[in-house]
Amino acid sequence: MKAIQKLLCATAIVSAGSASATDLEVMHWWTSGGEAAAVAEFAKAFDATGHKWVDAAIAGGEAARAVMVSRLTGGDPMGAFQFNHGRQAEELIEAGLLRDITDIAEAEGWKDIVNPPSLLDACTVDGRIYCAPVNIHSWQWLWVGHKAFTDAGVAVPTNWAEFAAAAPALDAAGKLPLAMGQQGWQQSGAFNVMMASLVSGDVFMSVYGDKDTDVAGGSQVATVFQAAAAARDMAAKSTVQNWNDATNLVITGQAGGQIMGDWAQGEFAVAGAVAGQDYSCLPGLGTNPRLGTGGDAFYFPVLKDEAQMAAQTELAALLLKPATQVSFNLKKGSLPVRGDIDMSSANDCMQKGLSLLAEGALLPDTNMLLTPDTANQLNDLFTQFFADASMSAEAAQAAFVDIIADAE
Amino acid sequence: MASSGRPSQLFRNKTKIAAIPMILTALVVFVGGTIWTIVYSFTKSGLLPKLKWYGLKQYDRLWSTTKWMVSIENLAIYGICMLILVFIIGFVLACLIDQKVRFENTFRSIILYPYALSFVVTGLVWQWILNPEFGLQNIVRDMGWESFAFDPLYNADIAIYGVLIAGLWQGSGLVMVLMLAGLRGIDQEVWKASRVDGIPAWKTYLLIVIPMMRPVFITTLVLVATGIVKLYDLIVAQTGGGPGIATEVPAKYVYDAMFQANNLGQGFAASTMMLVTVAIVVIPWAILEFGGSKKHG
Repeated sequence: MKAIQKLLCATAIVSAGSASATDLEVMHWWTSGGEAAAVAEFAKAFDATGHKWVDAAIAGGEAARAVMVSRLTGGDPMGAFQFNHGRQAEELIEAGLLRDITDIAEAEGWKDIVNPPSLLDACTVDGRIYCAPVNIHSWQWLWVGHKAFTDAGVAVPTNWAEFAAAAPALDAAGKLPLAMGQQGWQQSGAFNVMMASLVSGDVFMSVYGDKDTDVAGGSQVATVFQAAAAARDMAAKSTVQNWNDATNLVITGQAGGQIMGDWAQGEFAVAGAVAGQDYSCLPGLGTNPRLGTGGDAFYFPVLKDEAQMAAQTELAALLLKPATQVSFNLKKGSLPVRGDIDMSSANDCMQKGLSLLAEGALLPDTNMLLTPDTANQLNDLFTQFFADASMSAEAAQAAFVDIIADAE
Repeated sequence: MASSGRPSQLFRNKTKIAAIPMILTALVVFVGGTIWTIVYSFTKSGLLPKLKWYGLKQYDRLWSTTKWMVSIENLAIYGICMLILVFIIGFVLACLIDQKVRFENTFRSIILYPYALSFVVTGLVWQWILNPEFGLQNIVRDMGWESFAFDPLYNADIAIYGVLIAGLWQGSGLVMVLMLAGLRGIDQEVWKASRVDGIPAWKTYLLIVIPMMRPVFITTLVLVATGIVKLYDLIVAQTGGGPGIATEVPAKYVYDAMFQANNLGQGFAASTMMLVTVAIVVIPWAILEFGGSKKHG
């Protein structure tokens, strides 16, 4: 009996000891070189508080979201998870699966420091805050590799029109004018970038915000579809799948450019390329410098274990601390969510982004305006459109109008 | 403390008792799950199932979606070609091996080996073999035939046949082994009799042996057909549904709707349609097969 008592005491001590150092499983889909380096900064900062960051990375946002949602709805929640904030988490919040972190946000004064405020709004449902925004990502960038253009003997373009004009020369030099991964989210993303950059911002808002079918079927959007058809021809010989493989084509000079979000910057940084010298970044495709303010946020499932909840609280507060924001965002190539920190160590491209952020040349992200259902329908449409050269811009626009008409 | 009296009524039929867990599983999981899915396919369920009635709208949308139509068409092409070719290849291979060749075990292992690989591995291997830059096309070009072109996975019109090649490579071995077992089960006296009568070997196979192998054919048919309907992992590994939506299949449509679009209702509607399709094929066959045998018994 005594032995058992001793054993019980020992277990009690051990478990008391571990109460202050808790393992917290964090799920995310940051697996490319630059992304992994960035998330390691969070893990380092969290481990420094005495807790343990248990990394659960799943490659590919779509696959990761499916696993996260099925674990949450299946009653096996993780400690914390990354999500694109916006409408994706709406139903999880309605079902009461996610923890209300309003008290943490108020204690840390997030309302005053998060800039632009729309980021926190995207985390807010019925006045309560459910997620911690960690960065601002914008889709609206054209990444241009200088090597391909010098090899082809043409000037490095500074906007979309010049880029399109230089495409035949690149093609003749055996280069791929536009690198594009053959995945729906990349193709519909590229289209949305054109929609945001090539026509006025009102068009973007009336189509995706107000779901106005007259505008969606109108002449302005028709020009965007024409540009997309041109982009399809430029990317016709692109056979890569993943976005970072496409970025790699630009880095190595095999392709002229890529339309991709600012996360591509992390890949250039890992490869040691210098902004302005080896590559240039053109916000708003160089035509209308304007950025969307999507981004990543961490959500915290409702847990039963007190110690884990305490660890969640610490993590949530830590994510927005100035030091973590700087180290994370420099590696990730994204913009910090608070305007009051020193980002002077950021490179050219990030400085461009920061100044656009300061000017307020901003658009909401499509994730905030569209339900996952509508986004998925658009992905399917653009996958089909970009793969099938026989689908005309007019036919695609007609299908586009149908989807917008059904959207909620 | 076993009683020496008569076993109670309850335990008289032990086999039925033993089957209760399986019967319950079948009723609750299969039948219950099926009914639940069908009911919720008439709702507007998003990420989570909700009993918010939506009428036939999910089905309306399903049948007006290009991706679904392409999926159905692909499954039909893949299914018909797969059924015909896998039977022909499997049976011919089995006949060849049945000619008492030397190293029969070795050949049998080699041919059956692909079946030991999962669809994911099969898909990736064939993705590489059919990749124009470092696969088959490149090898033939390096040998001197510069204009040789074979890149089915990058041509939307024939991409599904690229998947079919991988499916055949993986599935033929199993069919061959089953057929071989069937052939070995044929009494040698049949062969002796046909030889005495001077009937050519191919005629004996076609007119005598194949009809005698009917049970083997039915088993194989069931195995191959279920493999076709649930085709999913091969597509995901090999093409991801691409190029464009050229190799989408119904099972992938269901998964995409449920877990990527967060639209359970649409996914349930699609899976109900899959069930209906299978039922249309299976029910008449079951009536013919089992309804007929009752008269004999």
